[in-house]
Amino acid sequence: MRKVYFDHNASSPVHPEVAAAVQPFLGDLFGNPSSIHWAGRDVRKAVEDARAEIAAFYGCRPLEVILTSSGTEADNLAVKGAAYRPGNAGKHIITSQVEHPAIMNTCRFLETQGFRVTYVPVNRQGIVEPDAVRSALAKDTFLVSIMAANNETGCLMPIGEIGAIAKEAGVLMHTDAVQATGKVPLAWETLPVDMLTFSGHKVNGLKGAGGLLVRKGMEVEAVLHGGHQERGRRGGTENVVGIVAIGKAFSLLSKNMAAEAAEVRRLRDAFERALFARIPDIVLNGHPTLRLPNTVNISFRFVEGEALLLNLDMMGIACSSGSACTSGSIEGSPILLAMGADPTDSQGALRFSLGLGNTDEDVSYAVDAIETVVTKLRAMSPLYHPQRAKVR
Amino acid sequence: MTKKRILAAMSGGVDSSVAALLLQREGWEVVGISMDLYDYSKVTRDREGTCCSLDDLYDARRVCDTLGIPYYVLNLREEFRREVIDPFVREYKAGRTPNPCILCNEHLKFRALLRKADELGAEGVATGHYAVIRREPGGRCRLFASPDAGKDQSYFLYSLDSDRLRRIRFPVGEMLKEQVRRIALEAGLPVYEKRESQDICFVTDDSYTRFLENRGIREDHGRFVDREGNFLGNHKGILGYTVGQRRGLGIASKEPLYVVAIDAEKNEIVLGSDGETFSGGATVVTPTFVAGAPPGKEFRATAKVRYHHPGAPCVVRATSDRLEVAFDTPQRSVTPGQALVLYDGDEVLGGGWIECAGVSRS
Repeated sequence: MRKVYFDHNASSPVHPEVAAAVQPFLGDLFGNPSSIHWAGRDVRKAVEDARAEIAAFYGCRPLEVILTSSGTEADNLAVKGAAYRPGNAGKHIITSQVEHPAIMNTCRFLETQGFRVTYVPVNRQGIVEPDAVRSALAKDTFLVSIMAANNETGCLMPIGEIGAIAKEAGVLMHTDAVQATGKVPLAWETLPVDMLTFSGHKVNGLKGAGGLLVRKGMEVEAVLHGGHQERGRRGGTENVVGIVAIGKAFSLLSKNMAAEAAEVRRLRDAFERALFARIPDIVLNGHPTLRLPNTVNISFRFVEGEALLLNLDMMGIACSSGSACTSGSIEGSPILLAMGADPTDSQGALRFSLGLGNTDEDVSYAVDAIETVVTKLRAMSPLYHPQRAKVR
Repeated sequence: MTKKRILAAMSGGVDSSVAALLLQREGWEVVGISMDLYDYSKVTRDREGTCCSLDDLYDARRVCDTLGIPYYVLNLREEFRREVIDPFVREYKAGRTPNPCILCNEHLKFRALLRKADELGAEGVATGHYAVIRREPGGRCRLFASPDAGKDQSYFLYSLDSDRLRRIRFPVGEMLKEQVRRIALEAGLPVYEKRESQDICFVTDDSYTRFLENRGIREDHGRFVDREGNFLGNHKGILGYTVGQRRGLGIASKEPLYVVAIDAEKNEIVLGSDGETFSGGATVVTPTFVAGAPPGKEFRATAKVRYHHPGAPCVVRATSDRLEVAFDTPQRSVTPGQALVLYDGDEVLGGGWIECAGVSRS
């Protein structure tokens, strides 16, 4: 069976050069980077080289990079690390209704600890409007956290404008750039942002490593207390393999990002155009242009996303739908609901996210398969009447 | 040639796991599925022994990994609420003792899942139930009790008709439990020594009353009375009682007292002697028959009035919308809200819901 991977926003394939770069660290280079001796020194150099690659990619200083185990940990460090600074107890945080659970559930936790949180809405196209943030500002707001790009719709948020509003109000600005990194330019030097989250496995690195950029001069409280690693801001022996992988992945991005983004955009656009040309009654979720070049989220009306997703899986096509709950089953997407999508439409929504290794053949195989399955499922649906649907 | 696909409903228990294994050995392309029926995080995590807790889903996934088949958890919360929990709560409110497992089989396992089978291009659905389907030439299907009398689950399956049975398989239905465990052990399935599942899966904390109270059903204290309506004491709300119950009534009396009836309208519970818990018959509503129709207007059968009931010989008079069942000898604790299932020997004829004990005289 042909396999097509259209779920790069969930995780992305390991780049062959990344796989090669980590090999020595599965062999001779096993030392603890904190050790004084030769075994530690060699490994420490690799960690710092990786940090330098990350810094070069964003245009930040190496010491502004805190390495963590994941994007989730970096988000926790950003929000809790700011919240637990002296003087912030019980004060106010602004975030959005479409953040990743790493931000959403951290904020909900902080609410149980006495903090106040405003979850600003998005517009119909899934974008957080800067004015919504401005009007949510309170006298004691100390943090705004708005993602750079949404994981489900790919919508790009105006973090430049929102960051400027925060700066003007003297409020810290964090952005979760896990999805945006490697797909759209993010220039640390000019972005009015104090903290930025990234993750290795979304950019053809390895799972288990991510990080937070923290602007020089800003302090965050550690969330993981332990050794003096990351200059006391994150305890725990470094995930050397994962960090080396990120370093390599970012060095590749520094060279190739523009060309790769253009190629993935070409494939995504061809895919999207073909779907809209061949399948009636489908709806684009998200902004038509202010969007990651690799992501398209579509509601197939009169079809359950679950049935569509499972059929596509059995045909070898990997994509995703809504959000998985604890049990592993699929729920309607809270993100699409926050955008004001029809609840029925949000049930039938699928996210396709393209990336490294995808081809024109993948696109045409997937379009054929999706057309076949949607047609079959609609024929079974008591709700679907093509004639009537056309009039609507 | 491509294999024919079938959905195996996996509970994480040994029976459904072996069922999936046997189908695979028969040459089916098996797709393992479990149903996500309610918010599992609200049910105690380590509560083994229900149809499907979060831990059971983990076991089901591991079994599918061992078999090398895909495994999906299907979200059927909306259907479960509408078809099982809401009626369960309604029945309790009306003073009856409902049987949610039958509703779950009828509406979820063998209706919603057959729809999912259509959607996923599968021929049908298989489960680990202990019951036997006989397929006759010409396509008609008949339903029989399992030869393992202690495990037989045909009582819960009476509402399936021939058309639906045609698309259903019970691969372990004709086996003894010990055989099933042995197959699981030999095949290295990680679940061969799991406990039996019996409890109602969605009732948390082993407390019906708390579950129902959480659904906005208030417990009003009321009166215990005898058959003549004489006051015997106070009860703590009808939800906590069921017909035939003797323990926990808190009434002192010369001879043991039993719950013989529950009157939800008056919020009264009728108590009586052991003898008064027996009924000569039952009125059964919404009857269904495996063959599509009853064998006659009046016929003899064996009736089971609850899951572990040994069965009572009886005469059944069938009208279009109800059955009047007269037992040869009176039966204990014929409980409104439970299913009455009719057998001819081992064969399931059909059944329905007990509306009231005793045959109406009309």
